[in-house]
Amino acid sequence: MAVDSYKFLPRSMRAMYESAAAIDEPPVWAPLTKPVEQCTIALMTSAGVFLKDSQQAFDEEREWREPTWGDPTYRVIPRSVQQEQIGCSHLHINHTDLLEDIDVVLPFRAFAALEAEGRIGHLAEDAYSFMGYQDRRLEDWRNVQGPELAAQMKERAVDVLLLAPA
Amino acid sequence: MPVLARVIEGLGIPTVTVTMMPDLAQKYRLSRVVGVEFPFGHSFGTPHNDELMLTVSRAAIQALVEAGEPGYRLDVAAAWPVPLEVAYKTWHPPRPSPIVGAMLKRAQQQQ
Repeated sequence: MAVDSYKFLPRSMRAMYESAAAIDEPPVWAPLTKPVEQCTIALMTSAGVFLKDSQQAFDEEREWREPTWGDPTYRVIPRSVQQEQIGCSHLHINHTDLLEDIDVVLPFRAFAALEAEGRIGHLAEDAYSFMGYQDRRLEDWRNVQGPELAAQMKERAVDVLLLAPA
Repeated sequence: MPVLARVIEGLGIPTVTVTMMPDLAQKYRLSRVVGVEFPFGHSFGTPHNDELMLTVSRAAIQALVEAGEPGYRLDVAAAWPVPLEVAYKTWHPPRPSPIVGAMLKRAQQQQ
């Protein structure tokens, strides 16, 4: 089965995405340095989830004032999170399903099962949440959050990052 | 998010990206791409559908094991368990986003 990348896009936007050129940069590649059965894997989503009682929501007010701007910051979501702790601030998707079950964007139960059966080494203690609508230049992610998180994950012995754009 | 994948992989951490838009991920020349034909906001499935979530998660692990060079892509053979005419509409936010609202307003002014 070949996935249709544009199946759920508004039909008026399909041609724009289909005709987009590939970036003019070389591919990136970091090889796995150990068997996946020994790897610690961290999860990341761009669904804009946060912890309602202890973290700030992503900045929707500024986005309403400046529609081409998106909050570039991130939130750390522990794997032990309870569903009732989850909030969501993302103006481009419907929140209903992820507020019912956060695993639709951060599959903690599935990775805990893979950990339990020995398919992976460990699911990292912390997952990472961004809000995916960003200023097209993406300078903050390139220069601030990306390098910061890479350093943080290395410090925490994370071997692999799984990203799931929302 | 492809930019984060590229930056973090470039700093030495292998990445795998599970995405509804694998064509676009390939245009960003990501290392390992797993495609799912799911509506936005639902990378791993419908609420409490642990079987589907595990299927997608296993595909991500398969990608990590199999990929030997950048440009690897694996599409998950799982159909979205909600009729297309429903799912096509329900992933959208209840109110148009600021940028969509601004575009609609501009289009109306031009009419």
